Amino acid sequence: MSTTVTRVYGYVAEFESASALYKAAEKVRDAGFRKWDCFTPFPVHGLDRAMGLRRSILPYFVFFGGAAGLATAFLLAYITQVVIYPTVVQGKPANIFTVPAFFPIMFELTVLFAGFTALFGLLALCQLPRLHHPVFASRQIHRATDDGFFLAIEARDPRFSAEGTKAFLEEAGGRNIELVEEERR
Amino acid sequence: MPDTAARDQSGASERGVKIPVLEREKLVLNKRSYHWITERVCGVIEGRQPGIWWALFIPTLLMAVIGVGGGLTYLVSTGVGVWGNSNRVPWGWAIVNFVFWIGIGHAGTLISAILYLTRQNWRTSINRAAEAMTIFAVICAGIFPAFHVGRVWMAWYLAPIPNANAIWQNFKSPLLWDVFAVSTYFTISLIFWFLGMVPDLATIRDRCRAGVRKVLYGVFALGWRGSNRHWSHYETAYLLLAALSTPLVLSVHSVVSFDFATSIVPGWHTTIFPPYFVAGAIFGGFAMVLTIMVPARFIYGLEDLITQKHIDNMAKIILLTGSIVGYAYIMELVTAFYSGLPYEKDAFWFRITGPYWWAYVAMMACNVLAPQLFWIRHCRENMWIVMGVAMCVNAGMWFERFVIIVTTLTRSFLPGDWKMFYPTWVDIGTFIGTIGLFLSLFLLFLRFLPCINIAEVKWAKEESDPHYDDKKARPDEGVLKEAAYQRELSKGTAEV
Repeated sequence: MSTTVTRVYGYVAEFESASALYKAAEKVRDAGFRKWDCFTPFPVHGLDRAMGLRRSILPYFVFFGGAAGLATAFLLAYITQVVIYPTVVQGKPANIFTVPAFFPIMFELTVLFAGFTALFGLLALCQLPRLHHPVFASRQIHRATDDGFFLAIEARDPRFSAEGTKAFLEEAGGRNIELVEEERR
Repeated sequence: MPDTAARDQSGASERGVKIPVLEREKLVLNKRSYHWITERVCGVIEGRQPGIWWALFIPTLLMAVIGVGGGLTYLVSTGVGVWGNSNRVPWGWAIVNFVFWIGIGHAGTLISAILYLTRQNWRTSINRAAEAMTIFAVICAGIFPAFHVGRVWMAWYLAPIPNANAIWQNFKSPLLWDVFAVSTYFTISLIFWFLGMVPDLATIRDRCRAGVRKVLYGVFALGWRGSNRHWSHYETAYLLLAALSTPLVLSVHSVVSFDFATSIVPGWHTTIFPPYFVAGAIFGGFAMVLTIMVPARFIYGLEDLITQKHIDNMAKIILLTGSIVGYAYIMELVTAFYSGLPYEKDAFWFRITGPYWWAYVAMMACNVLAPQLFWIRHCRENMWIVMGVAMCVNAGMWFERFVIIVTTLTRSFLPGDWKMFYPTWVDIGTFIGTIGLFLSLFLLFLRFLPCINIAEVKWAKEESDPHYDDKKARPDEGVLKEAAYQRELSKGTAEV
């Protein structure tokens, strides 16, 4: 015999449009909630600020990724062409003055490393891939990838309360407010 | 600050002046809802494929299997000599096809990266298919350099890996630059394509019933849930990849042109090659986008998402880049004439009047003259003419590479080497096979992946602006909105 334990994720509320979600997000931000999120079918521009999110730090990662690519290409070309195996071909010398001939490869590897950093940096920052998430227990969240605009306030937020948060979301214009519970065995 | 703008222009209205404002063309017609967009694009994958899909897929697959599969098996088992290499145009056919296919790919990156950076929102409904086309074209292109080495199991010699002979690649050679450029281009295009597709794969995942399909789409969707905390990073990553791809796409065909331009062969040794090749690549790529998207739009009923406006814009880019290419052709001749170098002059004189005059005429007619039809609006709006011009450009761009490579190498410095070039049947079969491979991969893409970027098309709708309600509640009194020209409107075939 197994016992079923339910874990409360929080409230999920639907809003009728991107505009309505935007206004509600401002209210939730100003009420001081921390553990909450919006779910939209497309990036709603400006919602970041309405949620009080800071700019992504991804560009810094990508900069250093690109710099690492540049250094790799330079060292790869310079060490093999000038240090280990100096060959004078195509009328180009085998010393520091041959570096301009390495520029295309230095450029390509900069882009390659920066691109990989953008991909893996994004996955790290989003903590993806994560095939299961408590919010998927919601009956309606699947519409967030179609035409639904949702706002979720998690139960682990210190300001969360079973009655107060529901009333707050209703007041902010939320519909279909649902307490999302995940069953755990 | 919509309010301030409204007040300022209302001030103008108090004085009885209304400022005329030309509205933008609508990118989604017939007031289609978000849900309709999801249904229509996912419907392409979820529904039964129309008979024409099979009618196209089976022959193209056969072309791919026989041409590429059979041709390359014969080549590897017999020797690289089965390609017409035993004359003074070594690997001529392989290089022509490599440059042709790699050029096709460029439109995809242009649409997805450069038009993204320049905020051209009409790219949203064509970028997915164009990026897919990039990937498939680069796969087709890669076949030729990979197999032209003859002993294909030695192809790893291209990579800078220490080998038993302690010999390193020549990093000063444009051929090695090419290896790096093309492989980087393929990798970055793949990342860009995949990353753009993650939210749409999540859309499909959420529509699937439990089963193998749901698991597969779910795994590739990485557990995407549309969270705005994710969208925030995602948009940054997308912008960064666009910014990285923009110089990359310009560099790839420049590097390809260096293969020719850094040699001292008359007809190749010119500084105009990099911009000329890049413009030609974008030109040929857009023609291929039209070649595959116009029928796909018709077959799957995507007219409300890929509108006449999109096709009109692509036609205009073809006109622009075609004219740049035409300028480059003329400029080459002028430079050869003005240089006073007998070898240079002879090389071009031979191209025009020699035994390959027909290739030169085909190149000029298809690439320079045919796109000039697009000056006329009627020609940009008639799908038969658009398709006809796109087909001309596809053929013309192949002839351009043929002219550059074959006519130059058949007249090298030693008259003893002068000989006509004839491709073997394996050459021709492999090229036809790559066309089949390209088309069958694209048909599989239409069958299994969302061919239109669902999330971005939704984003391009007017009501996706978070301030849309405010703007509607307080419309700007001081402006007189003038509807932009849109063919669907003037013909009354769509409601905007």
